[in-house]
Amino acid sequence: MAHDAAHDHGHEHHPSGLMRWVTTTNHKDIGSLYLWFAGIMFLVAGSMALIIRAELFQPGLQVVNPDFFNQMTTLHGLIMVFGVIMPAWAGFANWQIPLMIGAPDMAFPRMNNWGFWVLPVAGSLLIISLFLPGGAAAGGWTMYPPLFIQGGMSYDVTIFAVHILGASSIMGSINIITTILNMRAPGMTMMKMPLFVWTWLITAYLLIATVPVLAGAVTMLLTDRHFGTHFFNAAGGGDPVLFQHIFWFFGHPEVYILILPAFGVISQVIPTFARKPLFGYASMVYATASIAILSFIVWGHHMFTVGMPATAQLFFMYSTMLIAVPTGVKVFNWVATMWKGSMSFETPMLFAVAFVCLFTIGGFSGLVCAITPVDIQLQDTYYVVAHFHYVLVSGALFAIFAGVYYWLPKWTGHMYDERLGKWHFWMSTIGMNITFFPMHFLGLAGMPRRTADYALQFADFNRIASIGAFMFGLSQLIFLAVLIKAIKGGQKATDRVWEGAHGLEWTVPSPAPYHTFETAPLVK
Amino acid sequence: MSSHPGGYYLPAPSHWPIVGSVALLLMALGGAFYINHVAGGGWMLLAGLAVLTVMLFGWFGTVIRESESGVHNKQVDLSFRWSMSWFIFSEVMFFAAFFGALFYTRVLSVPWLSEGDTMKQLWEGYKGGWPSAGPGLESEGLKFTPMEAWGIPAINTLLLLSSGVTVTWAHWGLKKNNRAQLIWGLVATVALGLGFLFLQAHEYHEAYNRLGLTLGAGVYGATFFMLTGFHGFHVTVGTLMLMVVLFRSMKGHFTPEHHFAFEGVSWYWHFVDVVWLGLFIFVYWLI
Amino acid sequence: MNRRVITQALLSLGGLLMSTAARASYELNLRAPQSQLARDVYNLHTLIMLVCLGIFIVVFGAMFYSIYKHRKSVGHAAEHFHENTTVEIIWTVIPFIILIGMALPATKTILAMKDTSNPDLTIKVTGYQWKWGYEYLGEGVSFLSTLSTPRAQIENQQPKDEHYLLEVDQPLVVPVGKKVRVLVTAADVIHSWWIPELSLKQDAIPGFIRDAWFKSETTGTFRGQCVELCGKEHAFMPVVVKVVTEDEFRTWLASKKQGATAAAAENGKTFTLAELKAKGEQVYNGHCAACHQANGMGIPGTFKALNGSPTVNGPIEDHLKTVLNGRPGTAMVAFGTQLSDADIAAVVTYERNAWDNKKGDMAQPAQVAALKGGGSKEAGAPAAP
Ligand code: HEA
Ligand code: HEA
Ligand code: CUA
Ligand SMILES: [Cu+2]
Repeated sequence: MAHDAAHDHGHEHHPSGLMRWVTTTNHKDIGSLYLWFAGIMFLVAGSMALIIRAELFQPGLQVVNPDFFNQMTTLHGLIMVFGVIMPAWAGFANWQIPLMIGAPDMAFPRMNNWGFWVLPVAGSLLIISLFLPGGAAAGGWTMYPPLFIQGGMSYDVTIFAVHILGASSIMGSINIITTILNMRAPGMTMMKMPLFVWTWLITAYLLIATVPVLAGAVTMLLTDRHFGTHFFNAAGGGDPVLFQHIFWFFGHPEVYILILPAFGVISQVIPTFARKPLFGYASMVYATASIAILSFIVWGHHMFTVGMPATAQLFFMYSTMLIAVPTGVKVFNWVATMWKGSMSFETPMLFAVAFVCLFTIGGFSGLVCAITPVDIQLQDTYYVVAHFHYVLVSGALFAIFAGVYYWLPKWTGHMYDERLGKWHFWMSTIGMNITFFPMHFLGLAGMPRRTADYALQFADFNRIASIGAFMFGLSQLIFLAVLIKAIKGGQKATDRVWEGAHGLEWTVPSPAPYHTFETAPLVK
Repeated sequence: MSSHPGGYYLPAPSHWPIVGSVALLLMALGGAFYINHVAGGGWMLLAGLAVLTVMLFGWFGTVIRESESGVHNKQVDLSFRWSMSWFIFSEVMFFAAFFGALFYTRVLSVPWLSEGDTMKQLWEGYKGGWPSAGPGLESEGLKFTPMEAWGIPAINTLLLLSSGVTVTWAHWGLKKNNRAQLIWGLVATVALGLGFLFLQAHEYHEAYNRLGLTLGAGVYGATFFMLTGFHGFHVTVGTLMLMVVLFRSMKGHFTPEHHFAFEGVSWYWHFVDVVWLGLFIFVYWLI
Repeated sequence: MNRRVITQALLSLGGLLMSTAARASYELNLRAPQSQLARDVYNLHTLIMLVCLGIFIVVFGAMFYSIYKHRKSVGHAAEHFHENTTVEIIWTVIPFIILIGMALPATKTILAMKDTSNPDLTIKVTGYQWKWGYEYLGEGVSFLSTLSTPRAQIENQQPKDEHYLLEVDQPLVVPVGKKVRVLVTAADVIHSWWIPELSLKQDAIPGFIRDAWFKSETTGTFRGQCVELCGKEHAFMPVVVKVVTEDEFRTWLASKKQGATAAAAENGKTFTLAELKAKGEQVYNGHCAACHQANGMGIPGTFKALNGSPTVNGPIEDHLKTVLNGRPGTAMVAFGTQLSDADIAAVVTYERNAWDNKKGDMAQPAQVAALKGGGSKEAGAPAAP
């Protein structure tokens, strides 16, 4: 069988229907699977966010009880991070990296398939946990003990789900790193690689370095829960704060794992629609690398209130502030790329511009949090919630939107509906700001996170945020419509698609044939 | 399905991954049920493990057949090398988490508990020191003696180090196509691995029955058993992989030029070796 | 229908602007600081905000200018310059310098915050699920502080009063102008003790003491909340601090001491079943109903039902022990460190004779004291699994 496997041309006699998707070893199929999975999970976790916002629409308990509210918060956070943004980026990596470096496929097509197909397992485990006695885990996506030690069976299911999500990330990252390092077309030197490939290379490195640490942390949780260890229990000489250190050693690099590929996409989109090469390619690469390296020594900024020594607080404050510099370099380079270009504003560009502007707002609020004395006031308030939704929603998520609109014609062979796309953009941008900007004020005024009910002086802003949330949520239905329309049909896309587009992926037909670059292209 | 011979080998669609996913689902749910005393959990867990074993045999069997049929060109071989290196790096980071816990509790949390207001207000009279069962457990009268480094652990160190030598010796044999040296080198390595595991099991038995050193013996017990336990698990996996390689060598697999499986396993074995040195120094010796 | 949502949103946005113009302005910023430290933090935040605002205007002024000028639709042709090391260095160095400017004042404030030396008064703060325990070290005064907002208001059966969710039965009382040091810890899970006006936030870590300090310059009542997720009632354990003049504080402390002796006397007393049941019901609603529910049915899968529970209907010894020492690894904490012997005797008696439980027996404070014996569990010690 090995032999006919070897000479089987793949185009013929393939399993069809569902089995095609279950057994596929094709990077484009797997990329689409990742993206669809992320999309569905986005609807799930988003609907949970809407339950949260519905409960917070006014003071008092109306919709859900506090325990279920915390379950929603926890699942919303976990699923959005591990089930939406990360799989979406893995989907982009699968579709684009082989196309962008001129490789016939990913380095390990079978492991690639498994890397995806463990995700639905982890996803369903999280959903199943909702229906176990006591409901889903309600300890927050950060899973802090001892609270996380108290819970019932669903907490164990959550821990195993995190293990499996980790396995998926490790397999995906090893595959991506190997593909980038070993499968580039002749002439595609490292410093000629598109920035999206660079950012994913560094992201994969971050994943391999930190995900095992998370696995270790949740494993200790498990043994503390069931096997009598005392890692996080002072009675046995342990320390609940130990978990926080281990978690955030993973957790902070994790947030850059969510944003670096976004930087990559934006660095592809802006030059295309400014019809002008990226201003500082090399410095962009170095900036990305510096962000990645710094991200390993800033984790303490999530723990300024645990009562660490002043020296530790100072160290983490300085190192955290430092990250503003390379990130700034990126922002400045994007602006400089637009400068004196010949810009046009199709939907991908709109989302890219919004990204640069709104991500920076999130970055600034992050910097405010980095100032330890100020963070003493802001830690665990809605100011933090505002901060990370600006970097995650108008950051990571908007970049995903930009990327989807940018490459959709290459994937489907059809142009998407530009009018609907613009609607999606404006509704999302306005809705997103109505939702999350007031949260800055809520945090400053002193509203704690992870609370199902709040004091009366927070009522107005919460009402506005909830209205914005439903507006933002509904606008995602427009996105759904755009996707389906473009897949069903629409104006035929050219190979180049965008006037200003450069790179190997634009040299192949649209839609990209099932197998591309079976003989490597020559890059000069 | 690489359309021209000698190109990068791309496997045909495979059902092994989804089998593996089913295994994981069974194991996760079964495991959760089992530790929460839900009926049938244990069986579900075992079923999952069984399916996983089938998958591993099927999957690796396929890869081995492909490899022997010569479809893996140099580039594929290099991919394997990259991936194995990064995989071992991820393993290093996994152990790093537990070493981190060891250093944190030893250098920070135990001293904090035994000094200043924390001691005065909450743990009156706790002396701290290392190894410690922690203030709460000590006040409840829990006592244990730590494992003596220069007994079994020292012997185990010797076993692992020499196994590192024998596997390298076997590799030389393979490279100069001396089958006997290859096979006997591997036999010796597997034997040393098994010897290590036997002594480790004996050591655990001692710890539980004579030293009062258990998983529940405060952070020392926790870090001791989690670190040595995960290491022991890796030795087990390594030994199994060595056995497979030995078996394949006896079937005449591998050539002096083309034998990544052998090298991958030996890298893994050396990694396990290095981790042990860390364990010997920080868990057994320096206390 | 999207349009409708927009207009709706814009309307309420307008409405808000008016309402906030009318209401106190702290809704848009940190609360008015009441101590030097809090003032430093407030100004630090203002400074950072202004710097960021400045950078924002410059950077995005440039971006939107070029979006306006350098667009294809106005026929602007792309220039092809790129890669300029000098520029890159400039916009690496300038932010770096700005950051140093921010770090300096921040460093000063951090060091000030951490200096808990020679306080005038030291208070031990212990977080419980879901209430705060305060102990005035060396004064022999300690009490629990629980939310006083009635459930009916939370469940919208009553109009919510002004300090909804920010009011407690017994606030922490401290003297004005004195350096107060707090030793923060917890008995079960991590909580976090926060007074915004005094810019003091300290996580309460079970098994560890973490200290912080404040010195209020004005008298008044300051309201904060627990800010670390600690379970389902996390939203319902506020922190209320009453800052009073020195002699008001002294008189208050004296009265508290008397209360303490009274409670001690109660522990020596022998009650009738009726007395115990009545007292027990109060204790139950104050400390147990949050989890086990007023009807004793608990929450299936999360909190055990006491109605018909084997423990409650079993030997009274075990029942008392469970309440005294808690159930390791569950949300059931050791109440022996929170409640007086009389309270425990009362609540146990109540549980054994409430709902469908008809044991008819009772426990006396003396019995509880006996069970406690010499070494009852330390307050900070979380139940070891
Ligand atoms: C995509 C994800 C993402 C990104 C990119 C960031 C980026 C940053 N984050 Fe964020 N953060 C999160 C996701 C992210 N964060 C999440 C999810 C949490 C909450 C976790 C939880 O508790 O649940 C969090 C929480 C969090 C905290 C803890 C708050 C608390 O709990 O009390 C802090 C504190 O320092 C922080 C800081 C920062 C900083 C300094 C950056 C920097 O990288 C930002 C740098 C960018 C800029 C500064 C803007 C552009 C720069 C310029 C225009 C140059 C000129 C600027 C200056 C010179 C100032 N973040
Ligand atoms: C990338 C990650 C990501 C994303 C995209 C989002 C998206 C959103 N988040 Fe998320 N959020 C987190 C990551 C993310 N969040 C994290 C990590 C936390 C911390 C959790 C913790 O504290 O442990 C958190 C916490 C968090 C809170 C704080 C909860 C608490 O502290 O108790 C809130 C409250 O408003 C919130 C709201 C929202 C909203 C309204 C959206 C919206 O953008 C969602 C919009 C999407 C949809 C609405 C779904 C799509 C549309 C449909 C399903 C169609 C049907 C729609 C209608 C009928 C209207 N989030
Ligand atoms: Cu206590 Cu939150
Ligand atoms: Cu961070």
